Amino acid sequence: MKILVCISHVPDTTSKINFTNGDTEFDTNGVQFVINPNDEFGLTRAIWFKEKQGAHVTVVNVGGADTEATIRKALAIGADEAIRVNANPTDGFFVAKQLAEVVKNGGYDLVIAGKESLDYNGGMVPGMLATILGYNFVNSCVGIEVEGNTAKVTREIDGGKEILSAGLPLVVGGQKGIVEEKDLRIPNMRGIMTARTKALNVVEPTGVEALTKVVKYESPAPKSACKIVSADNLDELVNLLHNEAKVI
Amino acid sequence: MSVLIYAESAEGKFKKVALELASYAKKVAESLGTTVTAVTINASDVSELGNYGVDKVLKVSNDKLNKFSAKAYADVIKQAAQKEGAKVVVLSSTTDSLYLAPIVAVNLEAGFASNVVALPISTSPFQVKRNAFSTKGFNVTEISSDVKVLALAKNSFGLVEASGAAAAEDFAPALNDADFAIVVESVEKVTGKVTIADAEIVVSAGRGLKGPENWGMIEELAAVLGAATACSKPVSDLDWRPHSEHVGQTGKPVAANLYIAVGISGAIQHIAGINSSKVKVVINTDPEAPFFKVADYGVVGDAFQVVPALIEKLKEFKAKNA
Repeated sequence: MKILVCISHVPDTTSKINFTNGDTEFDTNGVQFVINPNDEFGLTRAIWFKEKQGAHVTVVNVGGADTEATIRKALAIGADEAIRVNANPTDGFFVAKQLAEVVKNGGYDLVIAGKESLDYNGGMVPGMLATILGYNFVNSCVGIEVEGNTAKVTREIDGGKEILSAGLPLVVGGQKGIVEEKDLRIPNMRGIMTARTKALNVVEPTGVEALTKVVKYESPAPKSACKIVSADNLDELVNLLHNEAKVI
Repeated sequence: MSVLIYAESAEGKFKKVALELASYAKKVAESLGTTVTAVTINASDVSELGNYGVDKVLKVSNDKLNKFSAKAYADVIKQAAQKEGAKVVVLSSTTDSLYLAPIVAVNLEAGFASNVVALPISTSPFQVKRNAFSTKGFNVTEISSDVKVLALAKNSFGLVEASGAAAAEDFAPALNDADFAIVVESVEKVTGKVTIADAEIVVSAGRGLKGPENWGMIEELAAVLGAATACSKPVSDLDWRPHSEHVGQTGKPVAANLYIAVGISGAIQHIAGINSSKVKVVINTDPEAPFFKVADYGVVGDAFQVVPALIEKLKEFKAKNA
């Protein structure tokens, strides 16, 4: 089985989010970048398939040369090889188009991408990619088993889950649950060393007409101070929630 | 060229988000000088949509669609959009609709903006404001394609009643076998419990509760408020509560009217997942807990005293205001 794991290079959750150049660009100054958590859950499951079912795992990222440290981390965790599409990821459709080219050229049976990234939270890429390719697609995937040409996929739904049976090739949008937090791996020294010698192929992007573009960023309005209510005066809290906030 | 919405229903009844979508689409349609059409799938009574601005309903009734199938549902929405010549298609941010939206967008060759939090800033060029960076920022996205697909962030617009009646029309889009290539084998769904996704109020608790045996008062507080229960990540990692209750960045997102956090310090990953809630209340012994920085109302105190007392006060309030 050939697996492609799509990874995004995103600011760590604890990063301060600032904008620059007249609020038209995200300020990457001092920002620590990581593998998008939803992608890392999927990557970890892919490594499980490699170890248990002999799968071959390729990771792919659409981004500039600055994302290579993040890609190397994915290799250190255990992916066999990597591809970087050398382009600035302008919107979800652009990225999906680039990934579709990679999938067509590589003939993958299973493509795992995080259901959304932590930076733009678009939640677009897996569904668009599957639709461009005409592949089966399951989003919000919290479990996957593969036997022969069929995958049994668990999808999270509002208030529960459902079990689906889908033929390969298949694209899934992964999230926590496809593996648990405790299953995530920290690269060890051997992994980091071997990652240096694994192939990281850089490919040039295909031309795509942009359908959307970000014209401006905004920071949230400053938050007013928290009103402290005494623990002895909870009538006041009920009153505030009813008359001021109007939520009860 | 009406504005099309997919009005989601469960067991034949519309979800609140469907009415929120209708309210939103009505305003968008007004600024475009057009009307709102809703497509419904196996909904029984569609007249309610008229109260929120829908002018026309394309009513799809098909037993094959009793179980959700993303490809088939997306195909229905695409065909409805084409029939109406819709230039703007609006979906909600439920798990199902977020599954559908990218498929619909590609099939309509439309630009797609998710997490939309307000009416378009302008319709020519078409610009919308969206949540980004896990609620730590917004971006304004311009969509340049002829057809535009939007996903409205939950609870970002509210309900706006309108006077009017929706004209219902039966609609039978052609579906093919490929639409049902993925087979639903089983569905597990809790019944009789408010889900985090649908809840107006969420009561959430963290490690401050010291052990799973102490959740009785959290469930009681939730019951008094008609709320869903949730928990922080450490609590779900410790298996004190089911994983399905974990809210936060890697858990479920919460965009409720009221979020009450009991014994949760407010790690940045937790806040990222719940910050879209309108009003936040924190109950914590530690006045320095980061949650107080993002909360609207706070009580510094021991949850084991504050929560039971609050339950009593709320019961009195409910009795008076019933």
